Amino acid sequence: MVKESFNIRGVEFKNRVLVASGTFGYGDEVKDLVDVSKLGGICTKSLSWKPRDGNPPRRIVETPSGMLNSIGLANIGVHTFISEKLPYLRTLDTAVMVNIAASTVQEYCDVLSLLEREEGIGGYEINVSCPNVREGGLSFGTDCSKTKEITARLRPLTEKPLIVKLTPNVTHISEFARAVEEAGADAVSVINTLVGMAVDIRTKKPKLSTVTGGLSGPAIKPVALAKVYEAAQVVHIPIIGIGGIMTAEDAIEFLLVGATAVQVGTANFIDPAAGVKIAEGLRTYAQAQGLQDVGQLVGAMESDLAYSVLQSWL
Amino acid sequence: MFQRIVAVSFRNELAPGIFVVRFRSQEIASSAAAGQFVNIRCGDGCLPLLRRPMSISRLVGDEVELLFNVVGQGTRMLAAKRAGDMLDVLGPLGVPFGSRGDFSTAVIVAGGVGVAPFPFLTTQLAREGKQVITFLGARTAAQLTPQNLENVQLATDDGTQGYCGTVIGLLEAYLSRNALSKPKIFGCGPTNMLKALSGFAKRAGIECELSLEGDMACGLGLCQGCPIERANGEKKYALVCTEGPTFNSKDIILR
Repeated sequence: MVKESFNIRGVEFKNRVLVASGTFGYGDEVKDLVDVSKLGGICTKSLSWKPRDGNPPRRIVETPSGMLNSIGLANIGVHTFISEKLPYLRTLDTAVMVNIAASTVQEYCDVLSLLEREEGIGGYEINVSCPNVREGGLSFGTDCSKTKEITARLRPLTEKPLIVKLTPNVTHISEFARAVEEAGADAVSVINTLVGMAVDIRTKKPKLSTVTGGLSGPAIKPVALAKVYEAAQVVHIPIIGIGGIMTAEDAIEFLLVGATAVQVGTANFIDPAAGVKIAEGLRTYAQAQGLQDVGQLVGAMESDLAYSVLQSWL
Repeated sequence: MFQRIVAVSFRNELAPGIFVVRFRSQEIASSAAAGQFVNIRCGDGCLPLLRRPMSISRLVGDEVELLFNVVGQGTRMLAAKRAGDMLDVLGPLGVPFGSRGDFSTAVIVAGGVGVAPFPFLTTQLAREGKQVITFLGARTAAQLTPQNLENVQLATDDGTQGYCGTVIGLLEAYLSRNALSKPKIFGCGPTNMLKALSGFAKRAGIECELSLEGDMACGLGLCQGCPIERANGEKKYALVCTEGPTFNSKDIILR
């Protein structure tokens, strides 16, 4: 038997594959298709204090090996989440990480404080990196001191794991990872989507209503790997790798460069059971490698750092 | 709702660039209703990455038939399938047409490959004992696909067959000369056509249901990618995938 579980701040995740926020709803949409108890955890769709309508259409554009989205944090709001979605999530035999997005520092605190009164929440993932909203989102996530401030303000409000989801749309993601570690974060999620766009040459208009959106899918995997690798050079807290993971092989790459666990995102849109299949593939690989613990893969990449260009500017 | 690997059983080019593909799935066929759709992986790699949502056009025993236009890479790959090829299909998805209820004549109005969901609806309406009259429009005669419909009136933009003009023009001309008992309109086609149809239905005081397209990544309500503006209510948008694709025309705003 290979050990698959890991824990963050005392919360046990049964394996190292979670599903990413915004790609798995609130867990109930696909209960007929997926055995969620075989996932390491679920990160919910981002929640704000009030419900948000989201952006006007068009919100989705497919691009080569990827997709652009500009959903704009459409969500039911934390109150409806507590009354309508949390009762079902509580019944699931997997860790429920509630993702929080907000326009002000106070709103982050208010949403988290309200959720603290509820049973059945494993921890929190703080979204400071949505590229598709005017307030909050990237204006926070690209400001290192603001990102640190949000983390520091939230830290005393909970004893549960606090994970900060970082944006790749910065020069050095390692600075942000270090800042939130210093402010008391228990882990970082690396990465959120990359800002991208697409233009309709027939109408000469942008394809997305908000002009730019967030790029996800296999197209961003090499970028995501390099960002995880960079962050792993400077922080000691766990890194949860995200970005274009479609297969167990992809997930293994993330572990090798230093991710403690991974989140599967865009792949859920194509196959809602992708996360379960990736977790199985990870176990099979670890068994074939003769490992006792999947965790032995974390940071196990062999490389000659003398040739690493990244080391020169870290 | 099922996610299944199914075998293609039939494929035919109905008109230039318009294809019919059938696959065998007893589970999907026996649980589907007219107006619902399936979401299909057209390849097995990353090009294209996302599934393609397609109306269920017709059931032939335990086979599910799709009717579509080749518009891009996904539909091109789907059109190239041969009997025996395998497909990854998710469905049936979405809210069906309201084929029961207080009406006696179903007025089907279709533009181009917007005809896709109507052979299935026609069969279902016949079972419910409804009269059916169908108005089908296309740019030109070669693009008309009136197969498996009932009581069909044709229109072409270029006048190469039937009424010369839009399908809405044909509908208005027909209804000015003929009275229908307790009609209900069912429409599917390009957005501009649906806008005109919705306006006509409102003026004529006829209930009207539309089947819409949306840019969706999943078809399951996960991605929130396919909003359509609501005409009323607290929430600004409905999702085409899970709250549609069929909507009463008075409940939505087409832009």
